Amino acid sequence: MQAARSPTLASLSRVTHRYGPVLALEGLDLEVRRGEVLGVLGPNGAGKTTAISLLLGSLQVQEGVASVFGSAPGAAEVRVRRGAMLQISGISANLTVREHIELFRAYYPAPFSASRLLALAGLEDLARRRYGKLSGGQKQRVMFALALAGDPELLFLDEPTTGLDVDARHRLWNEIRALRESGRTTVLTTHNLDEADALADRVVVIHNGRRIAEGTPAEIKSRTAGRLARCVTRIAPDAVASLPGVVEARTRGQHLEALTTQPEVLVRELLVRDEALADLTVVAAGLEEAFLALTRDTT
Amino acid sequence: MTPGRRFRIYLLEARFQVLEVLREPMFAIPTLTFPLILYLFFGVIMGTRGVSLAVPTYVLATYGVFGVLGPALFGFGAGLANERDTGVLLLKQTTPMPAGAYLFAKVMAALIFGAIVVAALFLTAAHAAGVALYRWQWFALAGVLLAGVIPFCALGLAIGAWAGGRSAVAVVNLVFLPMAMLAGLWLPIYMFPDVMQDIALALPAYHHAQLALKVIAMDAGQSVPMHLAVLVAETLVFLGLAALGFRRADGFLMRRSR
Repeated sequence: MQAARSPTLASLSRVTHRYGPVLALEGLDLEVRRGEVLGVLGPNGAGKTTAISLLLGSLQVQEGVASVFGSAPGAAEVRVRRGAMLQISGISANLTVREHIELFRAYYPAPFSASRLLALAGLEDLARRRYGKLSGGQKQRVMFALALAGDPELLFLDEPTTGLDVDARHRLWNEIRALRESGRTTVLTTHNLDEADALADRVVVIHNGRRIAEGTPAEIKSRTAGRLARCVTRIAPDAVASLPGVVEARTRGQHLEALTTQPEVLVRELLVRDEALADLTVVAAGLEEAFLALTRDTT
Repeated sequence: MTPGRRFRIYLLEARFQVLEVLREPMFAIPTLTFPLILYLFFGVIMGTRGVSLAVPTYVLATYGVFGVLGPALFGFGAGLANERDTGVLLLKQTTPMPAGAYLFAKVMAALIFGAIVVAALFLTAAHAAGVALYRWQWFALAGVLLAGVIPFCALGLAIGAWAGGRSAVAVVNLVFLPMAMLAGLWLPIYMFPDVMQDIALALPAYHHAQLALKVIAMDAGQSVPMHLAVLVAETLVFLGLAALGFRRADGFLMRRSR
């Protein structure tokens, strides 16, 4: 893979971070390579935003090393070359889109032109509107424009498509692809496997503050392509867990739940072993289950 | 960063801070009109009934202090705490914006709002109440009043550094109105019981008001260096408290720009 040979632009190494007694990151290693779109994937609360905040210098590193362009993440020379879209609740409601863009452009030595930013974020018709009067999706687009204001080499997008409708989401995806074509590097956090699949060259999966998988989207998907079988049965979870392909089996309420990579084998066995088995469903495993499978793999 | 770009950032940040606040009627209308309404009532309507113009002259100075105090406390205290809550500060921290530009913008906004209030009060005093001062007194009074932005912004900064976005407005109100009253901005403190007079001596607004009253020879007769020393000391204490608050919270506005 070409990205694998590219130099590292930013990295976290053996980073551990605590909020009081709560362990948010535990010995996390993360590498961002030049020119790639790196997907940082994980369920809510996995530690994605903490990792991004450390790379942005908005959190102080407690243990381990964070480095961007070979410098400390908060260094002035780093801030000039990087842009970020964060999960924040808003910017000044009383300023117009154009005013916000003008202000952020002023922060950088060689910014994109205002008209280019408006076009990139699809905001041409909204330039004179006050931020407070925009819809949620339009506000997200303003944040995207502000992240791009300085023509950054390295772009951090923290859950950029939260709150966007399907059209707006696909439009943003296209913009991110176009940025990649122009040689820029993007770090994208998401809890949406499809989004990582659509955009990322490489995916790092974080769960409970640890990196539990890393690879191309295809590799990650193949490892999480499990099915979840649910049924009411007298067969014990332990017995099911020892069947071929079963990653995890547990009791939830009256139901047995089994996560498996070979659903046909599992269902055949279950039906043979328990003629009274009832209420059987088999569904594609959700991301939560996929993470469970990955966690299971690594322990 | 080139000096030219730095200057431009300071300027734009200040311009948009002022615009932002001007466009917020919930902030702009009360802070601009409240001192004026007080002055119209107590200075013009009530104050001009007697033979002398002592009352309208006296309250011109003290309501002027009140008018400068509001924008500084609300802009810095409530505004800053709110921007930290919403994440605006967090976002700006990731950009090359110098932290100084942010503080400068807030001080400038407080100064401009203060200047508007003072100008409105002066016009009302001169034309509606007939207050007559020497030309140097008008200028000196305006200068003294606007200089009050510095200690009051420091106080607002300390509040903003420690209070959360929602509680900051409440804390500012708890400081703003009681301090205005206890410092003698509405009624001279010699009308208060002794205990309350002692409290006034601890308040920056009292010392600021005394300096303003000194210009029109209506102060309580304490020394200018004493008032200045208290104001400087209290400003330093507020700035220290603010620095502690920021260090505790997130380190922003404390960061050295390398």
